[in-house]
Amino acid sequence: MNNMNKEDTQKASIDLALWMGDNALILGHRLAELCGHGPILEQDIALTNIALDLVGQARMWLTLAGDLEGKGRTEDDFAYLRSDKEFTNIKLVELPNQDWGYVIARQFIFDAHHLVILEQLCTSSEKAIADIAQKAIKEVQYHLRFSSEWIIRLGDGTEFSRKRMQSAFDKLAPYIKALTLDDPLTILAKEAGIGIDNKDVEEKAWKTFDAILSEATLELESPEYFHKGGKQGLHTEHMGFIIAEMQSVVRAMPNNKW
Amino acid sequence: MIEKDLNQIFQDRIDADDRIEARDWMPEKYRQTLIRQISQHAHSEVVGMLPEANWISRAPSLRRKVALLAKVQDEAGHGLYLYSAAETLGAKRSDLLQQLIDGTAKYSSIFNYPTLTWADIGAIGWLVDGAAIMNQVMLCRTSYGPYARAMVRICKEESFHQRQGYEIMIALSQGSEEQKAMAQDALNRWWWPSLMMFGPNDAESKHTAQSMAWRIKRKTNDELRQAFVDSSISQIEYLGLTAPDKDLKWNEERGHYDFGAIDWDEFWQVVKGHGPCNKERIAARRKAQEEGKWVQEAAMAYAAKRKQRAQDQQTRVA
Ligand SMILES: [Fe+2]
Ligand SMILES: [Fe+2]
Ligand SMILES: [Fe+2]
Repeated sequence: MNNMNKEDTQKASIDLALWMGDNALILGHRLAELCGHGPILEQDIALTNIALDLVGQARMWLTLAGDLEGKGRTEDDFAYLRSDKEFTNIKLVELPNQDWGYVIARQFIFDAHHLVILEQLCTSSEKAIADIAQKAIKEVQYHLRFSSEWIIRLGDGTEFSRKRMQSAFDKLAPYIKALTLDDPLTILAKEAGIGIDNKDVEEKAWKTFDAILSEATLELESPEYFHKGGKQGLHTEHMGFIIAEMQSVVRAMPNNKW
Repeated sequence: MIEKDLNQIFQDRIDADDRIEARDWMPEKYRQTLIRQISQHAHSEVVGMLPEANWISRAPSLRRKVALLAKVQDEAGHGLYLYSAAETLGAKRSDLLQQLIDGTAKYSSIFNYPTLTWADIGAIGWLVDGAAIMNQVMLCRTSYGPYARAMVRICKEESFHQRQGYEIMIALSQGSEEQKAMAQDALNRWWWPSLMMFGPNDAESKHTAQSMAWRIKRKTNDELRQAFVDSSISQIEYLGLTAPDKDLKWNEERGHYDFGAIDWDEFWQVVKGHGPCNKERIAARRKAQEEGKWVQEAAMAYAAKRKQRAQDQQTRVA
């Protein structure tokens, strides 16, 4: 649509960059909590790799948000000087780590969407968005491969592990839909050729779910009710603690270089 | 050949600076000494992840967060290389890890001190990785080949860690008064434990003489400690900080810095398991291992199923 005014598409681009950045940052932060505590060294290293990729991607997205906004805000201004209500990430990524199976299930759900989202963004009409997507996509292909392999292994492993995984998916199911919810800005971004086609993302992600989960002998159905709100700044009770912890040093001694 | 000759041939090879490889004959005590030393080193890398991991969630910029995360991950990699080196001597990683969580294996006691402020992350990278480098550069020429080669890879990354840590200290010491005070406080708390990292004085060290003769070690604890002090002082001065040692002064005659007496009571207290964080460190490793059990069991069960399915497939084709 060419009758869209520049201000609106700008707003939609910033919104998208923040959403991508916040999701990556908060999930990366959660995964990083496990560094040093992984069940075995190889898995510790692999999960930390994913955390590193995600925080690295968050830096690119948040920097872009600042550039588009044009008020001189940096990646760190966004990460360290916003309140939890200003974070736009979905609730899924802020859920506290539980056992390793739950962490992998949360990761798999995110990765399956993340990959399709990036595939779409690779052709975004906003060149800066396409550039970041092209860098990130190779990493996320690997993330999805890693999490899928573990879903299959743990689902089709022992009876105990199958039950654990099934219960993880049952707990996480209500948080999935929020990955593909439309709002005025996402619709605008899609129509301007900048952003994401949520319907298409949802369809493809669920195809991945079906393929991997059937191999893993697990079940996942889209639940009747789901949790919304993260994008609008309404989070779970856990989010306030993530932000308080993450920002504690910077908030205690403001206006310093680190 | 009788044992005595074998021993002589072995010692001749050591004296000629030959590298000993896994398949070579070696005295049983040499093998045991190496397993002990390499596994202690491996445990130190792995336990050493914990005090620094404590600050990943609070790193004060995204750049620092990524750098710290990558650093702690490197330490996991070092643990892996070293467990593999120990395995070339016939040790099993699972047994070694069991000793760690049983509390029967030792690891560098520095990691039993708490990380209390962000500046501790700078001080650890700079001083603790720095002290480790002193020791490890020497070990790049240790007589056992697989250990020496692991050390070469590790040393490259440790130098990077040290620079990164020092860079944090520079930022703090050039920052606000509060930041500078934080940096000084971290130096105060990490300085002496870093000097203790080189182990007891030569006169007290029960393994040193034999390890030197076998060229597992090539410098004594006191030599390495002196080299560390000598190289650290100008770095402290550059930061505008002060070492917490009133006896520290240049000795023209010796060509080295003199430094104050180390509190060996504190050292032995921590070594014997009564440092500020010994219990927490072991508990964290035990928790990781116990909570990972079902994951490993499932992975093994899955691998077995896959193998079985592949075999069934083959019999059907045949
Ligand atoms: Fe290391
Ligand atoms: Fe080391
Ligand atoms: Fe290191």
